Amino acid sequence: MNTQDKVIGREKLIAEKAPKKSLFAFSRKQLGIPYGVFLALFVILPLFLILYYAFTSKTGSFTFANFIDFFSNPTSVSNLFLSLLIAFVTTALCLLIAYPVAYILSKMKAKRGTVLLLLFIMPMWINFVLRALAMKEVMTLMGIFAKDDFFNFFNTIVGMVYDFLPFMIMPLYTTLIKTDKSLLEASYDLGATKAQTFRKITLPLSVPGIISGAMMVFLPSMSAYVISDTFGNGKITIIGKLIEEQFGTGANWNAGSAIAIVMLIVMFVTMLLTGGFKNETNVRGTAL
Amino acid sequence: MENENKKIIELIDLTRIFEDGLIAVDNVNLYVRKGEFVTFLGPSGCGKSTTLRMIAGFDKPTKGKILLNGEDISDLPPNLRPINTVFQRYALFPHLNVYDNIAFGLKLQKQKVTYEKADGTTFTKTEKLSKREISEKVAKVLKMVDLEGFEKRSVSTLSGGQQQRVAIARAIVNEPQILLLDEPLGALDLKMRKDMQLELKEMHKKLGITFIYVTHDQEEALTMSDTIVVMQDGVIQQVGTPTDIYNEPKNSFVANFIGESNIFSGTSLGDKKVKFIGKEFDCLDDFPKNENVDVVVRPEDVIFTDIGKGKVEGKIISSIFKGVHYEMVMKVGKTEVIIQNTEERKVGETVCIDIKPDGIHLMHKEFSSNKYDGYITKKNTVCFGDGEFECDVTKLYPNSTLDEEGYLITDNGEKIDLTDVDVNVEVGLKDIEISDDENAGGAVGNIISIIYKGDHYQLIVRTDENEEYFVVDTEDTWNENDRVSVIIKPEKIKLTLKTENHR
Repeated sequence: MNTQDKVIGREKLIAEKAPKKSLFAFSRKQLGIPYGVFLALFVILPLFLILYYAFTSKTGSFTFANFIDFFSNPTSVSNLFLSLLIAFVTTALCLLIAYPVAYILSKMKAKRGTVLLLLFIMPMWINFVLRALAMKEVMTLMGIFAKDDFFNFFNTIVGMVYDFLPFMIMPLYTTLIKTDKSLLEASYDLGATKAQTFRKITLPLSVPGIISGAMMVFLPSMSAYVISDTFGNGKITIIGKLIEEQFGTGANWNAGSAIAIVMLIVMFVTMLLTGGFKNETNVRGTAL
Repeated sequence: MENENKKIIELIDLTRIFEDGLIAVDNVNLYVRKGEFVTFLGPSGCGKSTTLRMIAGFDKPTKGKILLNGEDISDLPPNLRPINTVFQRYALFPHLNVYDNIAFGLKLQKQKVTYEKADGTTFTKTEKLSKREISEKVAKVLKMVDLEGFEKRSVSTLSGGQQQRVAIARAIVNEPQILLLDEPLGALDLKMRKDMQLELKEMHKKLGITFIYVTHDQEEALTMSDTIVVMQDGVIQQVGTPTDIYNEPKNSFVANFIGESNIFSGTSLGDKKVKFIGKEFDCLDDFPKNENVDVVVRPEDVIFTDIGKGKVEGKIISSIFKGVHYEMVMKVGKTEVIIQNTEERKVGETVCIDIKPDGIHLMHKEFSSNKYDGYITKKNTVCFGDGEFECDVTKLYPNSTLDEEGYLITDNGEKIDLTDVDVNVEVGLKDIEISDDENAGGAVGNIISIIYKGDHYQLIVRTDENEEYFVVDTEDTWNENDRVSVIIKPEKIKLTLKTENHR
C-alpha cells in the first residue's frame, strides 16, 4: 500500500515539473546546432571552394586545364609517385619498428609499461619542425647525415620514420593491450605454440590497430614537406610541397586546388583499400 | 573394470603462492580417477580456479607436482597437455566463425600415418589431419551440442547459451583425456543453466572423458558430480560423494556451504548423547564425553510435535513460503533454529520441536583459534569470554593513535569514541597462557578437558558465568578441574570491527 502511494506521489511531481521547462533544457536537436554550423563553415564550404578553384581558370571560367596541366607535367607526376613511395616506405618501416615495441610494452607489467610508453610517445608533444631540425643536427654531429644527393631519399625516410613512429606505436599498443588474455590461453590450451598463437590470434586481432596506425602515418607523410625540406637538401619535393608552392610563391590557387583534390582522391582510395571506413575498425583502432 | 580405478591425475603437495605473497593453493593432495566427474566447490577466492589453471598449465605450481597417468607434467606447457578447457567467459576467437573456432585445435593436431608402398614396405609420416577428417569431426561435435548448420555463423551473433555450446564443442572435439570446466555456466540464466547441467552430465556419460568442474554453486555441484572437493582458503576441506558431503559434512564450513543448515555449539555427553540448545539429544555419532562439538541439523530434519511432547519449545519469528515448503525461524532463548516444513506455523506461534537421532550430525570443533564476540570498554580494554583484557585498540583502524582522553584518532584525523563498540575477538591457541594465580589474568575458569596432541596438550578452560571456553595449547602439564586464570598479551588479541565484512 505504502509503495503505491509513493509512486503516485512521484508521478505528480513529474507532471508538475513538465510544463515549467527550464531555460537551459535544450533538446538534443538544439544542442547540435553549433556543430552543424561549424561543419558547414569549416568543412563543407572550404571543400566547395577548393572544388570551385580546381575546376575554374584564373578568369573564373569552368575548365579541366588545372588537372590536365598537373598530369601532363612529368615533374609533378613523378613528385606524386615519389610522395606515395615515401609514404609507403615510411609506413612499412614504422610498422616494422612499432609492432615489436608495442607488443613488448603491452606484455609488460602495467606500471613499467606505461612509463616506457610515455617515453616513446613524449616526442609527439614537441613541435615536429623542431624535432626534425634537432634530428638533422644530431645526425650531422654524429657524421651520419650524408650530404650526397643520392642519400636525400633515405635521409627523408629517416626523418619521416622518426617523426611518425609514435603515431604508429600508440594505436598498436591500445589494440594489443586490449587483447583478451583468455583468448591466448585458449589458443595454448588447444595446442598452439607461442608462435602459432601470435600468428593465429594476436596478429589478426591487432589488424584494426595496424590499419589505424598505418593511416595515421601514411596520410600525413605524403604532405609533411617540412620534413622532406629539412632532410632532403631541398631536392625532395613531395605533393604537400607542390600545393604549398602553388598557393604561396606561385600564387596559382587554381592549380593548387587541383593538386589538393588529387591528394584527396589518393587518400580516399587508400582508406577504401585499407577498410578505414569500417565502423568497427575505427572504433577499435583510433582510440588515442 | 580396472580402468575405473585408474588415477588419471594426481596432485601432490600442490602449492601456489602469488607474487604478492597470497597463498592461493596450500598443499593440496588429491587424485582423480579416470572417467570421473569431479567438482571443485568453494567460495570465490578459495583457490579452486587456481588449481584448475595449474592442471591446465596456465599457472605454474610454486611447490608440488601434478602427475598425469603417473608422469610429472608440472613443467609441460599447456599446448602439450592432453587437457582442454572450457573457459568461464567462453574465450571464443572473435575473428573466426563457429567452424574455425571448433576446428582450431584439430588444425594444429598432428598424427602418425603409416603408408604401404607398392613393394609392400611400410613407412610412417607425421602429418596434419586432412580437411575431410576435420570437417567430419566438427560436424559430429556440432550435432552433439545441437548446433548443426551454425558453421558459418560469426560467434558474436550467437546467444550466450549458443556461445557456451561452441566453447564446449571446441574443447571436446580434440578428444582430450581431461576436460576442465571453469564455472562454464556462470553467465547463463537459471533456466538455461539447469538445462546445460543435465546436458553436460549426459555428455560426460557419452564421452567417457574425465571432467574436472569448478563452481561456487553448491546445487550445481550436488546435481552433476560423482565427487565433490570442497575448498576454502586454498585448502581442501572435504572430498566425497554429493551424498556424503551433504549428510556427513566434516566441519562447519562444509556444512554451511553445502545447503542450508543449523550449526549449534554443543557438548558431547558420551554414549551417543549430545547436549545443545540447552537439551539432551540422542544421536548416531559416538564422541568422547565432554568434548566440544559442532552439531549440524538440516532444516528439513527438524520436526514439529504437539506442545509438551517434543524436546524444545520456542516462538516462530519468521516464516517464508519457498515454493514446496515453508522456511521458518524459531527462537529458543538466544539461539535461532531454521526449520523447513510443508506445514506452516505462523509468526508468533509457540511451537515444540524434536530432532531424530539420524538428523543430528556431530563434528569435531576444529580449533584454529578462539573466537569471541566482545566489546570495547571505557578504558580501551576489551571484554570477552567472561573477562576483561588489555588490548591495542589502534589496530582497529590503520595508522590511528590514541589521544590523552582515550579517544581514537584515525589516519584522516577523525575522532572516535570506542566505548561499547562491538568487536570480533580472535586469539590463537598458543597465545593464551594460564596461571594458577586467579588474579593474574583477565578471566577465570576451570580446566574441563585435557587432550594430549602428540607434542603438547590442548586444554579447555570453561568460565563459570556464561560457560565461555578458552582452548589453549600448552606444553605444561595441568590437571582436570584445576582453577586457573587466563592471561593474554595485548598484542596477541586480534580485533576486528563487527560492522566490517571481514573475510
